Amino acid sequence: MSSHGDKHHVVPYSVYVWVWVALLGLTAVTVGAQYTELQHMAIFTALLIATVKGGLVVLYFMHIRYEKPLFGVMILVLLVTYAIYISLTFADYFSR
Amino acid sequence: MSADGANNGIRDNQAGHAAHAEHYDPEAIKIGMWLFLFTEVLLFGTLFIVYGVYLSDFTWQFRKGSAALNIPIGAINTVILLTSSLTMALAIAALQRSNRKLCFRMASFTLLFALAFLVIKAFEWGGKFEHGIYPGSPLFEDLTKGEIVFFGLYFTMTGLHALHVIVGMAVIFWAMALVRTGKVHQDRSVFLENTGLYWHLVDLVWIYLFPLFYLIS
Repeated sequence: MSSHGDKHHVVPYSVYVWVWVALLGLTAVTVGAQYTELQHMAIFTALLIATVKGGLVVLYFMHIRYEKPLFGVMILVLLVTYAIYISLTFADYFSR
Repeated sequence: MSADGANNGIRDNQAGHAAHAEHYDPEAIKIGMWLFLFTEVLLFGTLFIVYGVYLSDFTWQFRKGSAALNIPIGAINTVILLTSSLTMALAIAALQRSNRKLCFRMASFTLLFALAFLVIKAFEWGGKFEHGIYPGSPLFEDLTKGEIVFFGLYFTMTGLHALHVIVGMAVIFWAMALVRTGKVHQDRSVFLENTGLYWHLVDLVWIYLFPLFYLIS
Protein backbone atom coordinates (compact mmCIF):
# COMPACT_ATOMS: atom_id res chain seq x y z
CA MET A 1 0.00 0.00 0.00
CA SER A 2 2.42 2.61 1.17
CA SER A 3 6.07 2.21 0.25
CA HIS A 4 6.92 2.85 3.89
CA GLY A 5 4.59 0.20 5.24
CA ASP A 6 4.97 -3.54 5.54
CA LYS A 7 4.74 -5.47 2.35
CA HIS A 8 2.74 -8.60 2.96
CA HIS A 9 2.17 -11.74 1.10
CA VAL A 10 -1.48 -11.97 2.10
CA VAL A 11 -2.29 -15.60 2.74
CA PRO A 12 -5.92 -16.72 2.35
CA TYR A 13 -7.61 -17.58 5.66
CA SER A 14 -8.42 -21.02 4.29
CA VAL A 15 -4.72 -21.96 4.07
CA TYR A 16 -4.39 -21.57 7.84
CA VAL A 17 -7.55 -23.56 8.46
CA TRP A 18 -6.30 -26.43 6.28
CA VAL A 19 -2.92 -26.44 8.04
CA TRP A 20 -4.80 -26.62 11.35
CA VAL A 21 -6.88 -29.55 10.06
CA ALA A 22 -3.68 -31.34 9.01
CA LEU A 23 -2.13 -30.69 12.43
CA LEU A 24 -5.18 -32.13 14.20
CA GLY A 25 -5.15 -35.14 11.88
CA LEU A 26 -1.48 -35.83 12.60
CA THR A 27 -2.14 -35.49 16.34
CA ALA A 28 -4.93 -38.07 16.02
CA VAL A 29 -2.55 -40.43 14.18
CA THR A 30 0.12 -40.09 16.91
CA VAL A 31 -2.33 -40.67 19.74
CA GLY A 32 -4.07 -43.47 17.84
CA ALA A 33 -0.77 -45.28 17.20
CA GLN A 34 -0.36 -45.41 20.96
CA TYR A 35 -3.34 -47.76 21.25
CA THR A 36 -2.37 -50.07 18.40
CA GLU A 37 0.16 -52.85 18.07
CA LEU A 38 2.67 -50.50 16.57
CA GLN A 39 3.51 -49.44 20.11
CA HIS A 40 7.18 -50.38 20.00
CA MET A 41 7.51 -48.05 17.04
CA ALA A 42 5.78 -45.31 18.99
CA ILE A 43 8.69 -43.05 19.98
CA PHE A 44 10.29 -43.02 16.57
CA THR A 45 7.02 -42.57 14.70
CA ALA A 46 5.77 -39.99 17.17
CA LEU A 47 8.94 -37.91 16.75
CA LEU A 48 8.72 -38.20 12.98
CA ILE A 49 5.09 -37.03 13.01
CA ALA A 50 5.99 -34.24 15.48
CA THR A 51 8.63 -33.05 13.02
CA VAL A 52 6.12 -32.99 10.17
CA LYS A 53 3.78 -30.97 12.41
CA GLY A 54 6.62 -28.65 13.37
CA GLY A 55 7.44 -28.16 9.69
CA LEU A 56 3.85 -27.16 8.95
CA VAL A 57 3.86 -24.69 11.85
CA VAL A 58 7.15 -23.10 10.74
CA LEU A 59 6.33 -23.00 7.02
CA TYR A 60 2.76 -21.69 7.24
CA PHE A 61 1.90 -20.31 10.68
CA MET A 62 5.36 -18.76 11.05
CA HIS A 63 5.25 -17.68 7.42
CA ILE A 64 8.66 -19.01 6.38
CA ARG A 65 7.24 -20.21 3.07
CA TYR A 66 6.45 -16.61 2.16
CA GLU A 67 9.53 -14.90 3.58
CA LYS A 68 12.80 -14.18 1.80
CA PRO A 69 15.21 -17.16 1.48
CA LEU A 70 17.43 -15.55 4.14
CA PHE A 71 15.01 -16.71 6.85
CA GLY A 72 15.19 -20.29 5.60
CA VAL A 73 18.99 -20.14 5.53
CA MET A 74 19.04 -18.85 9.11
CA ILE A 75 16.83 -21.72 10.24
CA LEU A 76 19.04 -24.18 8.37
CA VAL A 77 22.08 -22.84 10.22
CA LEU A 78 20.20 -23.29 13.50
CA LEU A 79 19.25 -26.86 12.65
CA VAL A 80 22.81 -27.77 11.60
CA THR A 81 24.16 -26.20 14.80
CA TYR A 82 21.69 -28.15 16.90
CA ALA A 83 22.47 -31.36 15.01
CA ILE A 84 26.19 -30.90 15.75
CA TYR A 85 25.33 -30.17 19.36
CA ILE A 86 23.29 -33.38 19.63
CA SER A 87 25.84 -35.58 17.86
CA LEU A 88 28.78 -34.32 19.91
CA THR A 89 26.88 -34.77 23.18
CA PHE A 90 25.75 -38.29 22.33
CA ALA A 91 29.10 -39.27 20.86
CA ASP A 92 30.75 -38.14 24.07
CA TYR A 93 28.19 -39.76 26.36
CA PHE A 94 28.03 -43.14 24.68
CA SER A 95 31.77 -43.51 24.16
CA ARG A 96 32.51 -43.38 27.89
CA MET B 1 -19.02 -1.13 6.92
CA SER B 2 -19.01 2.36 8.37
CA ALA B 3 -16.75 1.17 11.16
CA ASP B 4 -14.39 -0.18 8.55
CA GLY B 5 -14.41 3.16 6.78
CA ALA B 6 -13.61 4.94 10.01
CA ASN B 7 -10.79 2.49 10.66
CA ASN B 8 -9.41 3.09 7.23
CA GLY B 9 -9.48 6.83 7.87
CA ILE B 10 -7.54 6.40 11.07
CA ARG B 11 -5.07 4.11 9.40
CA ASP B 12 -4.47 6.41 6.45
CA ASN B 13 -3.78 9.21 8.88
CA GLN B 14 -1.26 7.07 10.66
CA ALA B 15 0.28 5.84 7.44
CA GLY B 16 0.69 9.45 6.41
CA HIS B 17 2.24 10.18 9.73
CA ALA B 18 4.54 7.18 9.40
CA ALA B 19 5.81 8.50 6.09
CA HIS B 20 7.37 11.40 7.96
CA ALA B 21 8.51 9.29 10.84
CA GLU B 22 11.88 7.75 11.41
CA HIS B 23 13.31 4.73 9.65
CA TYR B 24 11.09 1.68 9.98
CA ASP B 25 12.42 -1.69 8.88
CA PRO B 26 10.00 -4.55 9.59
CA GLU B 27 12.29 -7.14 8.07
CA ALA B 28 15.17 -6.29 10.41
CA ILE B 29 12.75 -6.36 13.35
CA LYS B 30 11.58 -9.79 12.27
CA ILE B 31 15.14 -11.09 11.88
CA GLY B 32 15.84 -9.88 15.42
CA MET B 33 12.80 -11.79 16.64
CA TRP B 34 13.95 -14.96 14.89
CA LEU B 35 17.40 -14.67 16.45
CA PHE B 36 15.73 -14.45 19.86
CA LEU B 37 13.61 -17.49 19.00
CA PHE B 38 16.81 -19.38 18.13
CA THR B 39 18.03 -18.89 21.70
CA GLU B 40 14.71 -20.27 22.89
CA VAL B 41 15.11 -23.29 20.61
CA LEU B 42 18.56 -23.96 22.04
CA LEU B 43 17.23 -23.53 25.59
CA PHE B 44 14.54 -26.14 25.12
CA GLY B 45 16.83 -28.10 22.78
CA THR B 46 19.34 -28.57 25.57
CA LEU B 47 16.61 -29.94 27.84
CA PHE B 48 15.57 -32.30 25.04
CA ILE B 49 19.16 -33.57 24.84
CA VAL B 50 19.16 -34.15 28.61
CA TYR B 51 15.89 -36.03 28.13
CA GLY B 52 17.40 -38.12 25.33
CA VAL B 53 20.46 -39.11 27.32
CA TYR B 54 18.40 -40.15 30.35
CA LEU B 55 15.86 -41.94 28.19
CA SER B 56 18.64 -44.18 26.92
CA ASP B 57 19.81 -44.79 30.50
CA PHE B 58 16.43 -45.33 32.11
CA THR B 59 14.26 -46.56 29.25
CA TRP B 60 11.81 -48.72 31.21
CA GLN B 61 11.60 -46.28 34.15
CA PHE B 62 10.71 -43.52 31.68
CA ARG B 63 8.04 -45.77 30.17
CA LYS B 64 6.66 -46.48 33.63
CA GLY B 65 6.65 -42.78 34.50
CA SER B 66 4.98 -41.92 31.20
CA ALA B 67 2.21 -44.45 31.93
CA ALA B 68 1.28 -42.33 34.98
CA LEU B 69 0.48 -39.36 32.73
CA ASN B 70 -3.01 -38.95 31.30
CA ILE B 71 -2.92 -39.22 27.49
CA PRO B 72 -6.44 -37.81 26.84
CA ILE B 73 -5.63 -34.70 28.93
CA GLY B 74 -2.34 -34.23 27.09
CA ALA B 75 -4.11 -34.72 23.75
CA ILE B 76 -6.82 -32.18 24.66
CA ASN B 77 -4.16 -29.65 25.59
CA THR B 78 -2.41 -30.34 22.28
CA VAL B 79 -5.63 -29.63 20.37
CA ILE B 80 -6.20 -26.45 22.42
CA LEU B 81 -2.70 -25.16 21.71
CA LEU B 82 -2.84 -26.01 17.99
CA THR B 83 -6.17 -24.20 17.77
CA SER B 84 -4.73 -21.18 19.58
CA SER B 85 -1.98 -21.12 16.96
CA LEU B 86 -4.64 -21.06 14.24
CA THR B 87 -6.51 -18.14 15.84
CA MET B 88 -3.20 -16.27 16.27
CA ALA B 89 -2.37 -16.73 12.56
CA LEU B 90 -5.90 -15.61 11.65
CA ALA B 91 -5.57 -12.52 13.87
CA ILE B 92 -2.48 -11.47 11.92
CA ALA B 93 -4.09 -12.28 8.57
CA ALA B 94 -7.09 -10.16 9.62
CA LEU B 95 -4.91 -7.18 10.55
CA GLN B 96 -3.13 -7.43 7.21
CA ARG B 97 -6.56 -6.99 5.61
CA SER B 98 -7.18 -4.10 8.00
CA ASN B 99 -10.04 -6.02 9.63
CA ARG B 100 -9.43 -4.90 13.20
CA LYS B 101 -12.64 -6.40 14.52
CA LEU B 102 -11.72 -9.91 13.35
CA CYS B 103 -8.14 -9.39 14.50
CA PHE B 104 -9.39 -8.55 17.97
CA ARG B 105 -11.79 -11.45 18.11
CA MET B 106 -9.13 -13.95 17.02
CA ALA B 107 -6.53 -12.58 19.44
CA SER B 108 -9.10 -12.84 22.24
CA PHE B 109 -9.77 -16.47 21.31
CA THR B 110 -6.02 -17.10 21.43
CA LEU B 111 -5.92 -15.70 24.97
CA LEU B 112 -8.89 -17.85 25.99
CA PHE B 113 -7.30 -21.01 24.62
CA ALA B 114 -4.02 -20.15 26.36
CA LEU B 115 -5.90 -19.74 29.63
CA ALA B 116 -7.72 -23.05 29.10
CA PHE B 117 -4.37 -24.74 28.49
CA LEU B 118 -2.97 -23.37 31.75
CA VAL B 119 -6.06 -24.31 33.78
CA ILE B 120 -5.94 -27.88 32.48
CA LYS B 121 -2.20 -28.01 33.13
CA ALA B 122 -2.76 -26.74 36.68
CA PHE B 123 -5.34 -29.46 37.37
CA GLU B 124 -2.99 -32.04 35.90
CA TRP B 125 -0.10 -30.93 38.11
CA GLY B 126 -2.49 -30.71 41.09
CA GLY B 127 -3.54 -34.31 40.50
CA LYS B 128 0.10 -35.40 40.49
CA PHE B 129 0.77 -33.45 43.70
CA GLU B 130 -2.22 -35.15 45.38
CA HIS B 131 -0.74 -38.52 44.52
CA GLY B 132 2.49 -37.40 46.12
CA ILE B 133 4.32 -36.98 42.85
CA TYR B 134 6.35 -33.81 43.11
CA PRO B 135 10.06 -33.16 43.51
CA GLY B 136 11.14 -33.79 47.10
CA SER B 137 7.93 -35.54 48.14
CA PRO B 138 8.09 -38.49 50.60
CA LEU B 139 6.85 -40.81 47.83
CA PHE B 140 9.73 -39.71 45.64
CA GLU B 141 12.08 -41.51 48.02
CA ASP B 142 10.50 -44.83 47.06
CA LEU B 143 10.62 -44.26 43.33
CA THR B 144 13.48 -45.55 41.25
CA LYS B 145 16.16 -43.09 40.21
CA GLY B 146 14.93 -43.22 36.62
CA GLU B 147 11.38 -42.32 37.60
CA ILE B 148 12.60 -39.42 39.71
CA VAL B 149 14.55 -38.14 36.71
CA PHE B 150 11.50 -38.60 34.48
CA PHE B 151 9.18 -36.62 36.74
CA GLY B 152 11.90 -34.06 37.43
CA LEU B 153 12.22 -33.44 33.69
CA TYR B 154 8.44 -33.52 33.28
CA PHE B 155 7.93 -30.75 35.83
CA THR B 156 10.93 -28.74 34.62
CA MET B 157 10.08 -28.84 30.93
CA THR B 158 6.29 -28.48 31.13
CA GLY B 159 6.83 -25.81 33.82
CA LEU B 160 9.22 -23.84 31.63
CA HIS B 161 6.76 -24.25 28.78
CA ALA B 162 3.86 -23.03 30.93
CA LEU B 163 5.97 -20.00 31.86
CA HIS B 164 6.31 -19.29 28.15
CA VAL B 165 2.53 -19.59 27.74
CA ILE B 166 2.08 -16.97 30.49
CA VAL B 167 4.62 -14.63 28.88
CA GLY B 168 2.97 -15.23 25.50
CA MET B 169 -0.42 -14.26 26.94
CA ALA B 170 1.02 -11.04 28.32
CA VAL B 171 2.59 -10.16 24.96
CA ILE B 172 -0.64 -10.95 23.06
CA PHE B 173 -2.54 -8.73 25.50
CA TRP B 174 0.00 -5.97 24.90
CA ALA B 175 -0.28 -6.39 21.12
CA MET B 176 -4.07 -6.12 21.37
CA ALA B 177 -3.71 -2.87 23.29
CA LEU B 178 -1.41 -1.53 20.57
CA VAL B 179 -3.91 -2.54 17.89
CA ARG B 180 -6.66 -0.81 19.85
CA THR B 181 -4.73 2.45 20.20
CA GLY B 182 -3.82 2.26 16.51
CA LYS B 183 -0.07 1.96 17.03
CA VAL B 184 -0.15 -1.42 15.34
CA HIS B 185 -2.12 -1.51 12.11
CA GLN B 186 -2.13 -2.88 8.58
CA ASP B 187 1.04 -1.05 7.51
CA ARG B 188 2.81 -1.49 10.83
CA SER B 189 1.86 -4.96 11.84
CA VAL B 190 5.28 -6.36 12.69
CA PHE B 191 4.66 -6.22 16.45
CA LEU B 192 1.64 -8.48 16.10
CA GLU B 193 3.55 -10.71 13.66
CA ASN B 194 6.42 -11.13 16.11
CA THR B 195 3.91 -11.88 18.85
CA GLY B 196 2.57 -14.59 16.57
CA LEU B 197 6.07 -15.98 15.97
CA TYR B 198 6.59 -16.26 19.72
CA TRP B 199 3.23 -17.92 20.18
CA HIS B 200 3.85 -20.45 17.42
CA LEU B 201 7.21 -21.32 18.98
CA VAL B 202 5.41 -22.08 22.25
CA ASP B 203 3.13 -24.36 20.22
CA LEU B 204 6.13 -25.93 18.48
CA VAL B 205 7.79 -26.83 21.80
CA TRP B 206 4.58 -28.49 22.99
CA ILE B 207 4.38 -30.50 19.75
CA TYR B 208 7.56 -32.26 20.90
CA LEU B 209 6.84 -32.28 24.65
CA PHE B 210 3.54 -34.10 24.20
CA PRO B 211 4.80 -37.33 22.54
CA LEU B 212 8.04 -37.42 24.56
CA PHE B 213 6.30 -37.34 27.93
CA TYR B 214 2.83 -38.76 27.32
CA LEU B 215 3.29 -41.28 24.54
CA ILE B 216 6.30 -43.43 25.44
CA SER B 217 4.65 -45.90 27.84
